[in-house]
Amino acid sequence: MSAAALPGRATYVAVFVALLALMAATIAVAYIDLGAWSATVAERYGELGRWNTVVAMSIAFVKAVLVVLYFMHVRYGRPLIWLVAVAGFLWLVLLIGGIATDYFSRDLLAPPPPVVVPE
Amino acid sequence: MTTPTSPPATPETARLAHHFDDLEQQRSANVLGMWLFLVTEVMFFGGIVTAYIVYRARAPVAFAEASRHLDVVLGSVNTVVLLTSSFTMALAVDAAHRRRRQLLTGFLLLTIALGGAFLAIKFTEYYHKYESGLMPLLGLEFRQAAGSEPEQLFYGLYFAMTGLHALHMVIGMVALGLMARLAWRGRFDHGNDTPVELAGLYWHFVDIVWIFLFPMLYLIDRHS
Repeated sequence: MSAAALPGRATYVAVFVALLALMAATIAVAYIDLGAWSATVAERYGELGRWNTVVAMSIAFVKAVLVVLYFMHVRYGRPLIWLVAVAGFLWLVLLIGGIATDYFSRDLLAPPPPVVVPE
Repeated sequence: MTTPTSPPATPETARLAHHFDDLEQQRSANVLGMWLFLVTEVMFFGGIVTAYIVYRARAPVAFAEASRHLDVVLGSVNTVVLLTSSFTMALAVDAAHRRRRQLLTGFLLLTIALGGAFLAIKFTEYYHKYESGLMPLLGLEFRQAAGSEPEQLFYGLYFAMTGLHALHMVIGMVALGLMARLAWRGRFDHGNDTPVELAGLYWHFVDIVWIFLFPMLYLIDRHS
């Protein structure tokens, strides 16, 4: 790839400033109660059931995407690199999702009620 | 850039391995290889992240309580340090593409220095945890506030995750040190700067890992 195809220094500065701003946002948000997205989940799993966790992880994801697209040049690279990066993320989703479906669903199904045999 | 048919490669010019058609193909293959390696790294850290999720769901209160013992200020400063090091790394790769030897060497050394600052702060935190008896390693006695098992589990995960991350940083700093040495000797003056680019990809990956570790470990339930 020729150097001309890559982002300029102005882009790097903009991305760096955005990363710092997002970091400040994620710290600020941690000190504010954003409420529960699911009362049931919040009761059982605490912070995992509150919007704080959702927002914190979303901000982290956006920061990671910025680094991948601009600092790691995926936006400017070949589609094959794009594919590998997305595949890596999807594999991670499969790993976490597959295991989470087990651990988080174990108690969802109550044992069946005893069969009452009519006299 | 030299052509495939160009005569004997000296250490200063880009060398084309015989199984590639041209230098561009060689560069693309090298970058692809690095990305495949990084995907295996994603899965490596993914395993411990999954363990964290499962245990945090089991002991949400103990995790929140244990997390509050971490120093948000030091953690935030470290996040700034690491994001800055990623920025200087991007500038180093940019300098390499523009074949600015001194600038490249300078940015590489600056990146290494920021990595060193990160590790220094990290180990300061470790020492605080050691002093507070929050280090469930090497058979040390673990003093916990709530007196429950999962708080110890949180610190086990904390040391495993940040320790593996720190190990990756040390490896990255060694790689960048080699790059700085080669850069200073003029190894990348002729457009053959793929090694700098690959080291940069690795460094940015290590930055991304920390981007996720920081809110997961330091920012649990700070509002209550």
